Amino acid sequence: MNWTRRHVLDTDDWSRDEIDTVLDQTRAMTEILHRPIRRAPPLRGRTVILFFAEASTRTRVSFELAAKALSADVTNITASGSSVEKGESLYDTVRTLQALGGDVVVMRHASSGAPYFVAERTDAAVINAGDGWHAHPTQGLLDAYTLRDALGDLDGKRVVIVGDVMHSRVARSDINTLIPLGARVTLSGPPTLIPTAWRCGQLPPGVTYESDLDRAVEGADAVIALRLQRERQESGLLPSLREYSRVWGLTSDRVARMRPGAPVMHPGPMNEGVEIDAAVAHGSQSLIEKQVTNGVAVRMALLYLLAGAGAPAPVEERV
Amino acid sequence: MLAADDVRRAITRIAHEIVERDRDLTLLAIVGIRARGDALAARIQSAIRANEGVDVPLGAIDITLYRDDLTRIGYAPVVRESEIPFSVDGRVVVLVDDVLFTGRTIRAAMDALVDYGRPRAIRLAVLVDRGHRELPIRADFVGKNVPTAAGDDVRVHLAEVDGRDEVEVVTKVPA
Repeated sequence: MNWTRRHVLDTDDWSRDEIDTVLDQTRAMTEILHRPIRRAPPLRGRTVILFFAEASTRTRVSFELAAKALSADVTNITASGSSVEKGESLYDTVRTLQALGGDVVVMRHASSGAPYFVAERTDAAVINAGDGWHAHPTQGLLDAYTLRDALGDLDGKRVVIVGDVMHSRVARSDINTLIPLGARVTLSGPPTLIPTAWRCGQLPPGVTYESDLDRAVEGADAVIALRLQRERQESGLLPSLREYSRVWGLTSDRVARMRPGAPVMHPGPMNEGVEIDAAVAHGSQSLIEKQVTNGVAVRMALLYLLAGAGAPAPVEERV
Repeated sequence: MLAADDVRRAITRIAHEIVERDRDLTLLAIVGIRARGDALAARIQSAIRANEGVDVPLGAIDITLYRDDLTRIGYAPVVRESEIPFSVDGRVVVLVDDVLFTGRTIRAAMDALVDYGRPRAIRLAVLVDRGHRELPIRADFVGKNVPTAAGDDVRVHLAEVDGRDEVEVVTKVPA
């Protein structure tokens, strides 16, 4: 298919074709990362601005490696130590980004919708690297890629997502990517951390909620454990971390209930011993390190596709 | 221009020429340029196996990311996976493509190849050389030299991709 999207803000309106295109291009990019020289030239002379107004290490580094592997110039604007901390408004930052002349802006922001605000006010292509509770599209795509790589066609496969679904942009983006690929999703987690409408049965097509994690993982094809933010306990949504870990933690016993060999994933960073046991996180079924490697390849694919988007389709392709 | 039998004979001849040029088959590797050079490369490899009883390493390379017109064409052409399942260091690598035209594809392929290491030598085998070079590049092994006008279209069909073997030249009729 011919790629036409200018931005990657959310995958909630993506077609199956678009998701397949990104995943197919990701496979080609993965090969580059295994070469002796992990660099190809397609983004030579392009500038990628990483604008992270919320703490992040792995996503920012992942984007940076992806941009560099495609020979782009990379520059960073982080929240701490920048004018953002001095009270500069998002609008002022956008004007600065525009004046700097970046071709692609990769941004993370604590407010849902912030990337949309930026996309409307700059000429650059914008990639959402996580906005509030809303979306984390590149995480959804890399999880889908990792699962497809491990399981083959995802049609009819059942993926359990367990944890703090309510505050999780990862859960939402995973659902938006996995469902169009034909997978079914079972959500599990404390009722206080599941969006009310979903808990009450008004779920998106293909998604179910099962409060009992032991039942949810029974025969499942894969499980994704979400990070538990400790402040959820402080705000009274959880009785204690110990209880959370006992009822909702991913233990070896629970992994044993899944289909034999079923992969275990986590978007990181992990609280080992809370949402996932160390034995599971580092066990043979864990794809957590694969997720990190695949994340770079997915971001390379998106940077490549966006850098070429926006112009009319060619009449004829000849080298 | 070339019928199925001509294609078959050209490949057999190129296979012989490659072996005669570099007698030490242990150093040889064959790398096809996607999408049709890889099919030709596989055929050359099996011709060498039939003649010499030796399996030379076979690879396929996609040059999309190395095109010199990526920033000009304004869209993102599909990148296919490269497969070089051996070290190119110290090897004589024969690049294989269907048609040699401007030479830009070959320039891109050489740039891609050296990202995998330092070959002892890179050689070039093509089924058809149609002229009109824009870069100082020539082929070491040519199936057939075909004089064309710059606007002509040389279409190579291969059984693996197109269901049949044939090379045709479509002349553009001036409007």
